Amino acid sequence: MQLARVIGDIVVTQKDENLIGIKLMVLQPIAADGSNVGRTLVAVDAVGAGVGETVFFVRGKEASFPFHPTEVPTDAGIVGIVDHWDLES
Amino acid sequence: MQIARVIGTVVSTQKHPKFEGAKLLLVQPIGLDDAPRGTPLLAVDSVGAGVTEKVLVVIEGRAAGEALGRKAAPVDAAVIGIIDSVDVQE
Repeated sequence: MQLARVIGDIVVTQKDENLIGIKLMVLQPIAADGSNVGRTLVAVDAVGAGVGETVFFVRGKEASFPFHPTEVPTDAGIVGIVDHWDLES
Repeated sequence: MQIARVIGTVVSTQKHPKFEGAKLLLVQPIGLDDAPRGTPLLAVDSVGAGVTEKVLVVIEGRAAGEALGRKAAPVDAAVIGIIDSVDVQE
Protein backbone atom coordinates (compact mmCIF):
# COMPACT_ATOMS: atom_id res chain seq x y z
CA MET A 1 0.00 0.00 0.00
CA GLN A 2 1.09 3.54 -0.62
CA LEU A 3 0.21 7.10 0.37
CA ALA A 4 -1.33 9.36 -2.24
CA ARG A 5 -3.20 12.59 -2.68
CA VAL A 6 -6.53 12.63 -4.50
CA ILE A 7 -6.06 15.30 -7.17
CA GLY A 8 -9.08 14.79 -9.39
CA ASP A 9 -11.93 12.65 -10.56
CA ILE A 10 -12.97 11.10 -13.86
CA VAL A 11 -16.33 10.82 -15.55
CA VAL A 12 -16.81 7.65 -17.60
CA THR A 13 -20.27 6.97 -18.98
CA GLN A 14 -19.60 4.00 -21.25
CA LYS A 15 -17.82 1.44 -19.10
CA ASP A 16 -17.58 -2.13 -17.92
CA GLU A 17 -20.88 -2.97 -16.20
CA ASN A 18 -19.09 -3.99 -13.01
CA LEU A 19 -17.81 -0.41 -12.68
CA ILE A 20 -21.30 1.10 -12.54
CA GLY A 21 -21.80 3.12 -9.37
CA ILE A 22 -18.11 3.14 -8.48
CA LYS A 23 -16.24 6.42 -8.16
CA LEU A 24 -12.98 6.82 -10.12
CA MET A 25 -10.33 9.16 -8.73
CA VAL A 26 -7.02 10.50 -10.02
CA LEU A 27 -4.21 9.86 -7.53
CA GLN A 28 -0.75 11.34 -7.17
CA PRO A 29 1.40 9.00 -5.05
CA ILE A 30 3.40 10.84 -2.39
CA ALA A 31 6.50 10.12 -0.34
CA ALA A 32 6.59 10.09 3.46
CA ASP A 33 7.47 13.80 3.43
CA GLY A 34 4.37 14.59 1.38
CA SER A 35 6.20 15.33 -1.87
CA ASN A 36 4.99 13.93 -5.19
CA VAL A 37 6.63 10.69 -6.24
CA GLY A 38 5.97 8.62 -9.33
CA ARG A 39 3.25 8.78 -11.94
CA THR A 40 -0.38 9.69 -11.48
CA LEU A 41 -2.91 6.89 -11.79
CA VAL A 42 -6.63 6.22 -11.67
CA ALA A 43 -8.10 4.20 -8.80
CA VAL A 44 -11.55 3.00 -7.75
CA ASP A 45 -12.77 4.44 -4.46
CA ALA A 46 -13.97 2.07 -1.72
CA VAL A 47 -14.12 4.55 1.17
CA GLY A 48 -15.73 7.77 -0.06
CA ALA A 49 -12.57 9.83 -0.55
CA GLY A 50 -12.74 13.34 -1.96
CA VAL A 51 -10.47 15.58 -4.01
CA GLY A 52 -7.73 17.10 -1.86
CA GLU A 53 -7.64 14.29 0.71
CA THR A 54 -4.65 12.14 1.55
CA VAL A 55 -5.42 8.45 1.19
CA PHE A 56 -3.76 5.08 1.03
CA PHE A 57 -4.35 2.75 -1.86
CA VAL A 58 -3.60 -0.82 -2.85
CA ARG A 59 -2.36 -2.03 -6.22
CA GLY A 60 -3.25 -5.25 -7.98
CA LYS A 61 -6.21 -7.58 -8.08
CA GLU A 62 -6.74 -6.97 -4.36
CA ALA A 63 -8.10 -3.52 -5.22
CA SER A 64 -11.38 -5.19 -6.22
CA PHE A 65 -11.83 -7.06 -2.90
CA PRO A 66 -13.83 -4.27 -1.17
CA PHE A 67 -16.54 -4.80 -3.80
CA HIS A 68 -16.64 -8.60 -3.42
CA PRO A 69 -18.47 -10.56 -4.78
CA THR A 70 -18.67 -8.12 -7.70
CA GLU A 71 -15.63 -8.72 -9.91
CA VAL A 72 -14.60 -5.12 -10.47
CA PRO A 73 -11.93 -4.88 -13.20
CA THR A 74 -9.38 -2.67 -11.49
CA ASP A 75 -5.68 -2.65 -10.67
CA ALA A 76 -5.74 0.11 -8.04
CA GLY A 77 -8.14 1.08 -5.28
CA ILE A 78 -8.38 3.60 -2.45
CA VAL A 79 -8.87 1.64 0.78
CA GLY A 80 -8.38 4.30 3.47
CA ILE A 81 -8.44 8.03 4.14
CA VAL A 82 -5.40 9.17 6.13
CA ASP A 83 -6.14 11.37 9.16
CA HIS A 84 -2.44 12.06 9.74
CA TRP A 85 0.88 10.28 9.73
CA ASP A 86 3.95 10.68 11.88
CA LEU A 87 7.56 10.04 10.99
CA GLU A 88 10.13 9.07 13.62
CA SER A 89 13.40 10.22 12.15
CA MET B 1 -5.61 2.20 -14.00
CA GLN B 2 -4.09 4.42 -16.64
CA ILE B 3 -5.50 7.04 -18.96
CA ALA B 4 -4.68 6.23 -22.58
CA ARG B 5 -5.50 7.24 -26.14
CA VAL B 6 -6.60 4.57 -28.65
CA ILE B 7 -4.14 4.86 -31.53
CA GLY B 8 -4.97 1.78 -33.57
CA THR B 9 -6.48 -1.65 -33.91
CA VAL B 10 -4.81 -5.03 -34.21
CA VAL B 11 -6.03 -7.89 -36.37
CA SER B 12 -4.88 -11.43 -35.61
CA THR B 13 -6.25 -14.60 -37.16
CA GLN B 14 -4.15 -17.23 -35.50
CA LYS B 15 -4.45 -16.69 -31.79
CA HIS B 16 -5.22 -18.35 -28.49
CA PRO B 17 -8.88 -19.55 -28.37
CA LYS B 18 -9.62 -17.22 -25.44
CA PHE B 19 -9.13 -14.29 -27.82
CA GLU B 20 -11.94 -15.45 -30.16
CA GLY B 21 -14.21 -12.52 -30.88
CA ALA B 22 -12.20 -10.12 -28.76
CA LYS B 23 -11.27 -6.73 -30.18
CA LEU B 24 -7.62 -5.80 -29.80
CA LEU B 25 -6.63 -2.16 -29.56
CA LEU B 26 -3.29 -0.38 -29.59
CA VAL B 27 -3.34 2.19 -26.81
CA GLN B 28 -0.83 4.88 -25.89
CA PRO B 29 -0.80 5.73 -22.16
CA ILE B 30 -0.91 9.50 -21.63
CA GLY B 31 -0.34 11.83 -18.71
CA LEU B 32 -2.80 14.35 -17.29
CA ASP B 33 -1.41 16.84 -19.84
CA ASP B 34 -2.35 14.41 -22.67
CA ALA B 35 1.35 13.86 -23.49
CA PRO B 36 2.36 10.27 -24.38
CA ARG B 37 3.88 8.36 -21.47
CA GLY B 38 5.80 5.15 -22.09
CA THR B 39 5.35 2.75 -24.98
CA PRO B 40 2.04 1.81 -26.62
CA LEU B 41 0.53 -1.52 -25.62
CA LEU B 42 -2.19 -3.93 -26.72
CA ALA B 43 -5.41 -4.12 -24.76
CA VAL B 44 -8.61 -6.08 -25.25
CA ASP B 45 -11.69 -3.91 -25.59
CA SER B 46 -14.79 -4.57 -23.47
CA VAL B 47 -16.64 -1.29 -24.05
CA GLY B 48 -16.61 -0.61 -27.79
CA ALA B 49 -13.89 2.04 -27.86
CA GLY B 50 -12.69 3.53 -31.14
CA VAL B 51 -9.52 5.06 -32.48
CA THR B 52 -8.67 8.55 -31.07
CA GLU B 53 -10.89 8.07 -28.01
CA LYS B 54 -9.53 8.66 -24.52
CA VAL B 55 -10.02 5.54 -22.44
CA LEU B 56 -9.38 3.95 -19.08
CA VAL B 57 -7.03 0.96 -19.25
CA VAL B 58 -6.55 -1.62 -16.54
CA ILE B 59 -3.09 -3.18 -16.64
CA GLU B 60 -3.37 -6.31 -14.53
CA GLY B 61 -3.97 -9.86 -15.66
CA ARG B 62 -6.97 -11.08 -13.73
CA ALA B 63 -8.82 -7.80 -13.92
CA ALA B 64 -8.31 -7.73 -17.67
CA GLY B 65 -9.58 -11.31 -17.94
CA GLU B 66 -12.70 -10.35 -16.01
CA ALA B 67 -13.32 -7.42 -18.33
CA LEU B 68 -13.19 -9.90 -21.17
CA GLY B 69 -15.58 -12.16 -19.26
CA ARG B 70 -13.33 -15.19 -19.55
CA LYS B 71 -11.51 -17.04 -16.83
CA ALA B 72 -7.81 -17.80 -17.34
CA ALA B 73 -7.55 -15.70 -20.48
CA PRO B 74 -3.92 -14.94 -21.38
CA VAL B 75 -4.35 -11.16 -21.30
CA ASP B 76 -2.74 -8.45 -19.20
CA ALA B 77 -4.52 -5.26 -20.25
CA ALA B 78 -8.09 -4.22 -21.05
CA VAL B 79 -9.98 -1.07 -21.99
CA ILE B 80 -12.75 -0.82 -19.38
CA GLY B 81 -14.20 2.63 -19.99
CA ILE B 82 -14.42 5.56 -22.38
CA ILE B 83 -13.53 8.79 -20.60
CA ASP B 84 -15.94 11.71 -20.84
CA SER B 85 -13.89 14.10 -18.75
CA VAL B 86 -10.96 14.30 -16.35
CA ASP B 87 -11.18 17.02 -13.71
CA VAL B 88 -7.90 17.69 -11.94
CA GLN B 89 -7.67 20.38 -9.30
CA GLU B 90 -3.92 20.84 -9.17
